[in-house]
Amino acid sequence: MALVELIKVTKQFGKNRVVHGIDLEIKDNEFIVLVGPSGCGKSTVLRMVAGLESLSGGEIRIAGKSVSHTLPRDRNVAMVFQNYALYPHMTVYDNIAFSLKMAKKSKNETDRKVREAAEMLELTPFLMRKPAALSGGQRQRVAMGRAIVRKPDVFLFDEPLSNLDAQLRTQMRMELRKLLMKMKTTTIYVTHDQIEAMTLADRIVILKDGNIQQVGSPIDVFEKPASTFVATFIGNPPTNILSGIIHKKNKAFSVKIGELILPVPSEQDFEDGQEILVGIRPDAIKAGEKILSFPESWRFPGEIIVSEILGGQSLIEFMVEGVNMIAEVEGRILECPGAFMDLGFDLNRMMFFDSITEKAIRKR
Amino acid sequence: MIKRFSMGTLLLYGTLGLLVIAYLLPAYLAFVTALKLPGEITLPRSWDLPAEMNWKSFSQAFSLLRPNIVNSIILAISATFLSTLLGSLNGYVFSKWKFRGSEIIFTLFLFGMFIPYQVILIPLFQTLRAMNLYGGLPGLILAHVVYGLPITSLIFRNFYAQIPSALIESAMLDRAGFFSIYTRIVFPLSIPGFVVTSLWQFTQIWNEFLWGICLTRYQSNPITVGLAQLAGGQAVSWNLPMAGSILAAIPVLLIYVFLGRYFIKGLLAGSVKE
Repeated sequence: MALVELIKVTKQFGKNRVVHGIDLEIKDNEFIVLVGPSGCGKSTVLRMVAGLESLSGGEIRIAGKSVSHTLPRDRNVAMVFQNYALYPHMTVYDNIAFSLKMAKKSKNETDRKVREAAEMLELTPFLMRKPAALSGGQRQRVAMGRAIVRKPDVFLFDEPLSNLDAQLRTQMRMELRKLLMKMKTTTIYVTHDQIEAMTLADRIVILKDGNIQQVGSPIDVFEKPASTFVATFIGNPPTNILSGIIHKKNKAFSVKIGELILPVPSEQDFEDGQEILVGIRPDAIKAGEKILSFPESWRFPGEIIVSEILGGQSLIEFMVEGVNMIAEVEGRILECPGAFMDLGFDLNRMMFFDSITEKAIRKR
Repeated sequence: MIKRFSMGTLLLYGTLGLLVIAYLLPAYLAFVTALKLPGEITLPRSWDLPAEMNWKSFSQAFSLLRPNIVNSIILAISATFLSTLLGSLNGYVFSKWKFRGSEIIFTLFLFGMFIPYQVILIPLFQTLRAMNLYGGLPGLILAHVVYGLPITSLIFRNFYAQIPSALIESAMLDRAGFFSIYTRIVFPLSIPGFVVTSLWQFTQIWNEFLWGICLTRYQSNPITVGLAQLAGGQAVSWNLPMAGSILAAIPVLLIYVFLGRYFIKGLLAGSVKE
């Protein structure tokens, strides 16, 4: 349980700067997910909090105390590694007990805590096994047991689920969430998987090239992305980003994308002729009965290029007035490529970005 | 299925067989000579089998060489132990605790491997004399430990490179320090490395002759020097040095017979993915 503060943290490997001055305050008991494409510096930030990498500049504080020059062992943080890093020559019991032995806890206390953690993680039947005799999911649990048994100030997770197959990953993700809700400990979790970020985080931190792009709740970053990068990174399939030109007519704005003209419903301040990037989430495009509630000017006939059925929903790549987009609609769309279907755009969810900086243009 | 030998395999095995015979001829000669009575040993009849088995040669040679064998055992075991242990610590630092300049130091270390024994003989002799260690076993042990460090450090560094760094990092976060990580994580994982390195060091040190003769006085001579003295007298009854050389070869031979497969495995460690 502790507040973690990152103040202007930078990291340089040789001449190569990988983290450019990150400021972040992580509240007590908060679950923060650092997400971004590979090479964005997210793991480096995590390792700096752990003390496994030194800082090139700035400061890190845990529970109000600067730890920038503190050894990893004295920071009271526990980390779960991507490849679990279990000690292969030790049993599950000894793996979990290791940190307690190092802290010179009594035998009784160690035993009690190890059994408690094992019980919580359903590892009791495997305590005397070596890691090699465990399945991927069990190894993952041992790694978690090793972290929770210490009651650390901060949990650090470095892509802990990426070595599991898809089904097990979903299951472990939920178990992890339940476990951490019980533990009530400040957690920093690194992943490149935006679904993990969306489902686990209290707040998501999106990193790109060593810079923070946006910090916010999962809903925030989904609905109000700060840049086109966030808009395309969070959410699957990614947001349709289209370049258009603003038209002003009688104080009302519309945006022209290719030959497609979309009215701008909300109060925004644009200039006539301004170049702009428009973001439309695939799930903001509707089909079927749902579009009946939309005004006429929000509806368009789209020519289907490809459609994929994902059980209950369908992904459609379509063309409207010479503009290519992807929609994720309810139901099974069985129309063949080349067919036309009526689509409606939920324009209240339309997003605007500066055409040069690619940053979001907020409503006034 | 009927196995048929083609001309090619026949030729291959024929050649290999001939080479084996050529390779084993000296061993055969040593063995039959060792078993002959001194009077029976002549150059023209040296390839013949002994008329009468003279097993006593071995016990005689053993009693003559006993002090040297004891010296060699003390020398080989203690120098092997020390150079392996220190090499393991070096390898641990060079692979898992890299510091500014450690790569350069390691490279310089490796140069030590390419320096021939003979080149450093005189400076070594002078150094040991200055340290008051010339003539006895401790001096020779020290020389072997120092000279063995490059190869033992190299083997262990490559061995430890296979241990994922995350293990070490995890132990660091678990509050283990430099030495407890070594004793509790790294050492237990490197037993095969210790087998390989000790085998190598033991063989090198057991078989070494030049330093043995130059750096020790008579009572501290290792087995290789003892053998040379046995063969170097005025009227040599050749059965004794032959028996002695077989005795001297036994420890190393046994090691390779029983532990050879570890050796091959260990030397290959890291070169191929398992």
